[in-house]
Amino acid sequence: MQIYTFIMLALLYSLAAYAEEPALPGGLDDLSSEPDLPMGLDSSESDFPKGFNDEGSLIDPVFTITGFIELRSGQWIDKHSYQAQRPLNEARLQLELEREFSTFTFTAVADLIYDDVTNDRGIALENGNGWLDLRTANAVFSPTPFMDIRLGRQILTWGTGDLLFINDLFPKDWNAFLIGREVEYLKAPSDAIKISLFNKSVNLDLVYTPRFDADRYIDGSRASYFNSTLGRLAGTDAVTKVDRPNDWLHDDELALRLYKNIAAYELALYGYNGFWKSPGGLNPTTGRALFPDLAVYGASIRGPLASGIANAEWGYYDSQDDRSGRNPMINNSEQRLILGYEQEIATNLTLGMQYYLKHMEDYAHYRRTLPAGAYPARRSRQEYTLRLTWLTMNQNLIWSLFSFHSPSDNDGYLRARLHYKHDDHLSLEVGGNLFWGDDQQTFLGQFQNNDNLYTALRYGF
Amino acid sequence: MRNLITLLLFILPASLVAAPTVDEIVHRSNMTTYYQGEDGRAQVKMIITDSQGRERQRQLTILRIDAAKSDAIEGDAYLGGQKFYIYFHRPADVNKMAFLVWKHLDQDDDRWLYLPALDLVKRIAASDKRTSFVGSDFFYEDVSGRRLDEDRHELIETTKSYYVIKNSPKDADAVEFSYYKAFIHKQTFIPVQVEYFDKAGNKYRIAKALGVKNIQGYPTVTKASVENLKTGSKTVMEYSKVEYDIGLDDALFTERYLRKAPRRQLR
Repeated sequence: MQIYTFIMLALLYSLAAYAEEPALPGGLDDLSSEPDLPMGLDSSESDFPKGFNDEGSLIDPVFTITGFIELRSGQWIDKHSYQAQRPLNEARLQLELEREFSTFTFTAVADLIYDDVTNDRGIALENGNGWLDLRTANAVFSPTPFMDIRLGRQILTWGTGDLLFINDLFPKDWNAFLIGREVEYLKAPSDAIKISLFNKSVNLDLVYTPRFDADRYIDGSRASYFNSTLGRLAGTDAVTKVDRPNDWLHDDELALRLYKNIAAYELALYGYNGFWKSPGGLNPTTGRALFPDLAVYGASIRGPLASGIANAEWGYYDSQDDRSGRNPMINNSEQRLILGYEQEIATNLTLGMQYYLKHMEDYAHYRRTLPAGAYPARRSRQEYTLRLTWLTMNQNLIWSLFSFHSPSDNDGYLRARLHYKHDDHLSLEVGGNLFWGDDQQTFLGQFQNNDNLYTALRYGF
Repeated sequence: MRNLITLLLFILPASLVAAPTVDEIVHRSNMTTYYQGEDGRAQVKMIITDSQGRERQRQLTILRIDAAKSDAIEGDAYLGGQKFYIYFHRPADVNKMAFLVWKHLDQDDDRWLYLPALDLVKRIAASDKRTSFVGSDFFYEDVSGRRLDEDRHELIETTKSYYVIKNSPKDADAVEFSYYKAFIHKQTFIPVQVEYFDKAGNKYRIAKALGVKNIQGYPTVTKASVENLKTGSKTVMEYSKVEYDIGLDDALFTERYLRKAPRRQLR
């Protein structure tokens, strides 16, 4: 009997060694090579950590406060006399408060800013200048099960383009975009009411902005641009003066989106009635830039194609103050189109490509009425964009490239960024914005003296 | 000696009769791990520790709904599409982001990511499912499951507590492992330990169930870990507030609730 026991033991031992099983934990009296039973499957239920599963919820039922503190500083690669001293040099504290009430949720996001470039210590909630940029302050509630309402200051986005927008006519902050702020600042807030209706067959979003919210457009106060009156690149020496439509309820905007999913494909129709969001005209007597009337109709589709995601979006820009295209001081109507595709081409490496077309209507009228000596825009502006995102070091180091290139206007823009998450709170970022163009008058060519590099340090909480 | 033989003769036929087939084992294990109940919710805390001992945390809430309203193994009745809603709490840079996945059995998953600071609903291209889930040592596939028909399954051993299954990929080039060995608990069918072997035959990755609880009658892993033996990195995941059959509405898994987080259900 003893010898059989010995053989059995030897056999088990050799099997265990052969299988490279984990060494047996102490206290186990059987000789099997199996893993320990986890807590809950073994007999020692009482060993389960006390308090586990009894912890509070990750979502606080009433009130949360989160945010970050950030230092961000940039430099022009080649500074020109008409540019601000630096593209940016600022400290920012963002506080986000969320408070849940029985029938609604209130959210506020406020940025407190020390801005060394504009040295502006006032408050201008409309354009975000000064020491306070109130990004969000709204209440969300559902008066009926099929309706959501968001009322107040809010960031709004829809459409399918990647950093290209056709039917998204919510305000953008192009300054923030070009000078190296975090990309979330490309979106400027709207003071609006958004009503969303949900239905099995189709959903509807309706956004009413009682007073026009313009883009935070390039006005020369930081970055330089092409000033058509001066006929040259200009900046702080010729900050754009505008006549902004700003009568409550009269100079209002209405945007709507009708959308539904069919299988994996997202379909949408859009409509907009308001104004060109960045200056789209000039008053020849005052020399002030205008935001002429604009209506937009469009459609989009997005869904899987091959092993990636494809999207197509179209819009018709109806420039209502110059329907015939004969007024050289106001933008002509346009057709716009985006075709895009994105795919993970290797593990943790994503490639996105887009084709973008802006096609001017009534081009003959435009050319005929163009003042002598003025730079004639091409009828069609075509652009290709390329996005490369590469995640390394367990997704803690993110390499990102985004380029715009227009073969028709021979201009372009490259955004490069390296973002490192040092730990759960601290992140570091370096990046650059590079512009080029054959002509100073084209859409991106006008920014050719704005090449800049920036660095940022952020602590999130 | 005679006693031993008698014992073997007594046990062997009985265990042969009772022993489930390999197919049944892997399906039961798959159902237990990913499909229990009609829907479910869990709050998840992850601690990622790298080889130098530096820790990172993730906190998120997962909601799940199954298209198949059955847990029955017979006729694969439990199998079907699934939808996941993942809401991020921590770290600060992903706070309030929401991730929506429609998992299909016969085609690539549909995925959307909502970025609240931009109010952007971004469609995410299908990706390699064996890449890190939110920077942890868990793969997407560990969280949402791997299709059983992608591997060949072989019962290589039956121990006191486990069925030991060797799983070999049908398409060896599609994955980084040459096979993985799963120790599946005989009573609950929970995969207590899964060991991954590389093409050279070396063990390089271990997934473990560290804690199990009976929740509403469903055996549930409440603590799990994945260890990468090559990089020395390890992630421990703890599930709390686990609930099944909470009556989630399919409509919750749509764009509407990406833009407006379903706070009541997430809590």
